[in-house]
Amino acid sequence: METIKRLYQTHLNKKKSKDFTPFVKKSKRSFWGNVILGLFLLVMAVAFFFPVVYMVSQSMKPMNEMFIFPPKIIVQNPTLNNYRDFVNVLANTVVPVTRSLFNSLFVVVIGSVGHIVLASLCAYPLAKYKFPGSKFFNQIIVYSLMFNASVTMIPNFLTIAGLGMLDTQWAIIIPGFASTLGLYLMKNFMEQIPDSLMEAAQIDGAGYVRIHFTIVMPVVKPALVTAFIMVFQSFWTNTGDKFIYTEAQKGFAYVVGQLASGKITGVGTSYAGISSASAVIMFAVPLVVFLIMQNNVVSTMATSGMKE
Amino acid sequence: MAANKISFKRRAELTLRDMKRGIPLYLMIAPFMILFFVFVVYPVLKAMWFSFTDYNVLEKANFVGLRNYQKLFLDDSTFITAIKNTFIIAVIVGPGGYIMSFLLAWMINELPHKVGTVLTVIFYAPSMAGTAVVSVFAQIFSNDSNGYLNAFLRKFGMNDPILWLSDSNYVMIVVILASLWMSMGVGFLSFVAGIKGVDEAQYEAGAIDGIRNRWQELWYITLPNMKPQLLFGAVMTITGSLSVGAIGDSLVGFPSPNYATHTIVNHLNDYGSLRMEMGYASAIAVILFLIMIVCNGLIQKLLRKVGT
Repeated sequence: METIKRLYQTHLNKKKSKDFTPFVKKSKRSFWGNVILGLFLLVMAVAFFFPVVYMVSQSMKPMNEMFIFPPKIIVQNPTLNNYRDFVNVLANTVVPVTRSLFNSLFVVVIGSVGHIVLASLCAYPLAKYKFPGSKFFNQIIVYSLMFNASVTMIPNFLTIAGLGMLDTQWAIIIPGFASTLGLYLMKNFMEQIPDSLMEAAQIDGAGYVRIHFTIVMPVVKPALVTAFIMVFQSFWTNTGDKFIYTEAQKGFAYVVGQLASGKITGVGTSYAGISSASAVIMFAVPLVVFLIMQNNVVSTMATSGMKE
Repeated sequence: MAANKISFKRRAELTLRDMKRGIPLYLMIAPFMILFFVFVVYPVLKAMWFSFTDYNVLEKANFVGLRNYQKLFLDDSTFITAIKNTFIIAVIVGPGGYIMSFLLAWMINELPHKVGTVLTVIFYAPSMAGTAVVSVFAQIFSNDSNGYLNAFLRKFGMNDPILWLSDSNYVMIVVILASLWMSMGVGFLSFVAGIKGVDEAQYEAGAIDGIRNRWQELWYITLPNMKPQLLFGAVMTITGSLSVGAIGDSLVGFPSPNYATHTIVNHLNDYGSLRMEMGYASAIAVILFLIMIVCNGLIQKLLRKVGT
């Protein structure tokens, strides 16, 4: 175990020393190159941020501004009434909203954490070791990303029904574990870890699982975070309406979806405000998670100084 | 050559020995792989079998040989249109989105961490907001004089509004633009994480070895160091750009005017979700699958040339 600790310590030290290095010498950046890149970034940022600005602005428009002609992008008299209405409607649903929030929390937490643990455990051997069948598994994972999911739905439904998971949260969670996207991402990052790091630990008698949790996982943290964001988002937005029928079992995404399409409040223009507020709320949750996680990555950039 | 001379028995012995050694590795990948085979591989194989049958969900599937495939290529002119449209979209959105994601990720890396994080969030936001963003595009390109783009053009003296969302000459442009907007997805995130992981020491060494500017640095150091991420991004791009369909669905409606933006995925959903001709839909999925595998093979070959 000593070697592992030592290696990890040197790794941490390297990171620290890097933090204190004020300037890493790179090749020269020309002034005009900076200007061109800066301008390009600015234009792109405006274009990509526009939909979000529009979405938020729309959610703060009072009813009379929503259907104004010609339309204004930025709200004139911002109000939080839409959000108030949104909360009011949610507070009066037949099944208490706390219940659907709890359901979603359950799915998102168990699903995301479980997926990361299972998929990363599988990614590490596939990325770093050759054993009979490893090539086959690697290939089949890439190919699985390419098959359109809509025709596999019926066999999947039958499997889920056969396992007795219909109308429970597990119908979303368990198949979600098997998503190969996060696994493929983590595997590609793990391929970059130098073999020497793991060999040293192996000589010291550390088992694969131990190496995985003490060395591999910390080193590929950026990939873990990216995979986590992806899987969080897919669980958060999953309404599960194909597998869950009891109202009390449904998640927040489903309730909000119904709300936004006017199925709870009644069809008409009156739900346009609530609908735009709900879009912002649904978007804000993964955004906050993303920001927290991304911030975490910045301060612990793991792979630097570890390449061969 | 020597490997060929080893007898079959000897080879089986060696494989068995390797398998025994790999038992801990098999145990590590087992939990994920079991779920993967149950919820991904089995349904895909089942769908492949359906593609040779006339399965329609209600009745028992009868084997019909290659009839579905025959019909697709010989009797279904809409499918040929769909293939054509899919390729037009993929050829622009695929490389366009891929290069754009990489360049933006690279530029972000040149900036201070905090600014970089904010920009990462901005570029990823449209993908994160998902369907909520489509309504923004609908508003921009709206057919009536309410649409922002038309209102903008009016200012410059164009009095006849262009029917962006229903004129078959224009819908393709709108769908391509919207797809590009949404193309900064997971591939982009993996680029951002991957570039940060490139060892700083290599840039220093490069500067000493005579790399003069950032473009050379990009080609000789950054790109070769990011092969795993480039590969991941490529797979994401292939699957994403060849499965465009949902954006067109919600922007210009289904079916699109004169089938102008009808894609393979639209065709698949038409038969799979509306007409419930699962056998036929599965055949479409298999063809899409084969197209993606071929593209993936070509692009992997191309990526091997990077940095040489």
